[in-house]
Amino acid sequence: MLHLVVCIKQVPDSREIRIDPKTNTLVREGVPAIVNYFDLHALEEALRIKDEHGARVTVITMGPPSAEKALRQCISMGADEAVLVSDRAFAGADTLATSYVLALAIQKAEDEWGPVDMVLCGKQTLDGDTGQVGPGIACRLDIEQLTYVEKVEYLDTEKREIVVHRHLEDGVERVKAKLPVLITALAELNRPRRASLPGLLRAARYRPIVWTTNDFPNIDRSKIGLRGSPTIVSKTWVPEPKQVNTEFIEGDGPEAVAQALIDRLYATDLPQKLGWT
Amino acid sequence: MAEERFDVVVVGAGPAGTAAAYTAAKGGLKVALIERGEFPGAKNVFGGVLYRKQLEDLIPDFWKEAPLERAIVEQRLWILGEDSAVTFGHRNYKYKEPPNCWTGLRVKFDQWFASKAEQAGAIPIYETVVTELLRENGRVVGVRTDREDGDLRANIVIIADGVNSLLGKSLGIHREWQPDQVSLAVKEIIALPRQTIQDRFNLDDNEGCTIELIGQTCGMAGLGFLYTNQETLSIGVGVMVSDLRKKRIKPYDVLEGIKRHPMIHRLIQGGEVKEYSAHLIPEGGFDSIPPLAGDGWMICGDAAQMVNAVHREGTNLAITSGRLAGETAIAAHAKGDFSAGALEDYSKAVRASFIYKDLKKYRGVHGLLASGDSEMLFEKLPQALNNAAYEMLLVDGVPKKEKQKIAFRHVRDAAGGNLNLLRLFLKGWRAMNG
Repeated sequence: MLHLVVCIKQVPDSREIRIDPKTNTLVREGVPAIVNYFDLHALEEALRIKDEHGARVTVITMGPPSAEKALRQCISMGADEAVLVSDRAFAGADTLATSYVLALAIQKAEDEWGPVDMVLCGKQTLDGDTGQVGPGIACRLDIEQLTYVEKVEYLDTEKREIVVHRHLEDGVERVKAKLPVLITALAELNRPRRASLPGLLRAARYRPIVWTTNDFPNIDRSKIGLRGSPTIVSKTWVPEPKQVNTEFIEGDGPEAVAQALIDRLYATDLPQKLGWT
Repeated sequence: MAEERFDVVVVGAGPAGTAAAYTAAKGGLKVALIERGEFPGAKNVFGGVLYRKQLEDLIPDFWKEAPLERAIVEQRLWILGEDSAVTFGHRNYKYKEPPNCWTGLRVKFDQWFASKAEQAGAIPIYETVVTELLRENGRVVGVRTDREDGDLRANIVIIADGVNSLLGKSLGIHREWQPDQVSLAVKEIIALPRQTIQDRFNLDDNEGCTIELIGQTCGMAGLGFLYTNQETLSIGVGVMVSDLRKKRIKPYDVLEGIKRHPMIHRLIQGGEVKEYSAHLIPEGGFDSIPPLAGDGWMICGDAAQMVNAVHREGTNLAITSGRLAGETAIAAHAKGDFSAGALEDYSKAVRASFIYKDLKKYRGVHGLLASGDSEMLFEKLPQALNNAAYEMLLVDGVPKKEKQKIAFRHVRDAAGGNLNLLRLFLKGWRAMNG
């Protein structure tokens, strides 16, 4: 049976994020935590493969104990097992240190539940936006990486190959790769499912497997946590809102105002640019 | 369908449902708690006051850990004239330790309360809508939800789906609303710095104040309120739907009017509106309480119309009815009998409790509110009382005896004569002492 690993991150709900005007940092306090948006698409794709071909889906996250909630959501959707890689020593990790630990965890998942055929990640997180962790994991595991995937055209489990569409800035690339492979998911890839009632019941009682540094005997402590993170945030600031010229259009009644707006727009070169006649 | 069977499925994680789930789970029953909101409290609205006694019966010393806003040390009643008020109130620091009641925000409180039910063993099923009751041979045997494989079977279903109880309707025990049985409340949460709130209301840290408002509801039966939270104020007004229909006035226009009142404006000015909400409040009282139990089901809280409009009490009636339903479920489970006869113990327990007695006392209030005297009771008399007070306190050379006459005339004329005033007074007295 296929073994798929989905890497997820619990992030603050970006719809509720505010920036502290004094320190220019994110106010995380009291902001609800959710599963990173793109990671849900990665999980959904793994579950679709499970539905079609049969597979074991293991979800892994590195994070604080509170990330258990995010893992439970993945279980409710249909993941088989969820692993929380959690230790104070991992705190303060940048993308380099994170991908190191996640790669170790994936190797450990192989030892526990069999060889991994595919690793699925979101294209990036909502709070970091780097898009580096997925590729970082692929490099460390020395497997093919297919980033920015918007469609899985087919997966041939006999030949052990997959064909996907990668959405790039200048077009779409159709790529074939051999398993094992790492995929990073775009939102266009699929629509994440709503958990079934039995799924919710299972999730409510499920306790994720927790791995700490002690579970990785060969871990290189210089590569984890703050020590393993060369990234330095030197400064953060909020861009000043750009001043734009504003014109108020007034008139008697909504129709007159609308007419004045149309006249004003047609006085510019905008209609021509947009191809209006 | 989910394979497993529950002892109790509770529909709705408001105060009533959560109290029922907590009680039953603590009693060792296998309980599922279903809530349509993203989390408990996400969709719930109330004025803002929580009482100690009823929750303490359930969770001793709960207030030492629950997310509450301010312990209320002062309750005020303002009878509003157009730009004036006759005020009553009582401040007493004995209300502080242990507190009698608090202001609270449902989004925090309900989450906390539900987490206690979860800790007691209730299985949370959130973001899930119960679409119907499963029935076999006239018995309720579970619920159908809007999720895939969404049927859940249970020996007992406790219905706590709120004021507009769809499940109650499906059982035929909850009729469509009559406009004179329900009021529509609108509420705003206004943010102000903690110290500003404390200065304006003369409070220390964690002390709170409530103001109930009568008058200035555009001649409609209704009450306003202004409550202090830690760093916000809750201001709102509830008005009978029958009056809103008659007058064709929107409830938020009434609220805007109240916010502009010079005495209110000073308390809220400079604040930023953070939240806006609206909610129905059952006002039918005693006579609108439906049958409370049947074969395989019990109903509690707002869904069973348990609101004491006069004393703005709803959550504590909900919590108590939920607890009683939970206790009845435990007893029924022990006997293995989930019939209407066994669950009738819940109705009996409610009848023996303060819920029933209080609602019975105020039985006539609904009739008073629906009687068509709204204009008189909520506009003319409050204004007349203000005019009378003004007259009494104004020193303008008119002899005091004459003053008294003028003051009384204000009230009498507003009521439409001595007889009418007497009639209103008697009616009010009876309504309050049914």
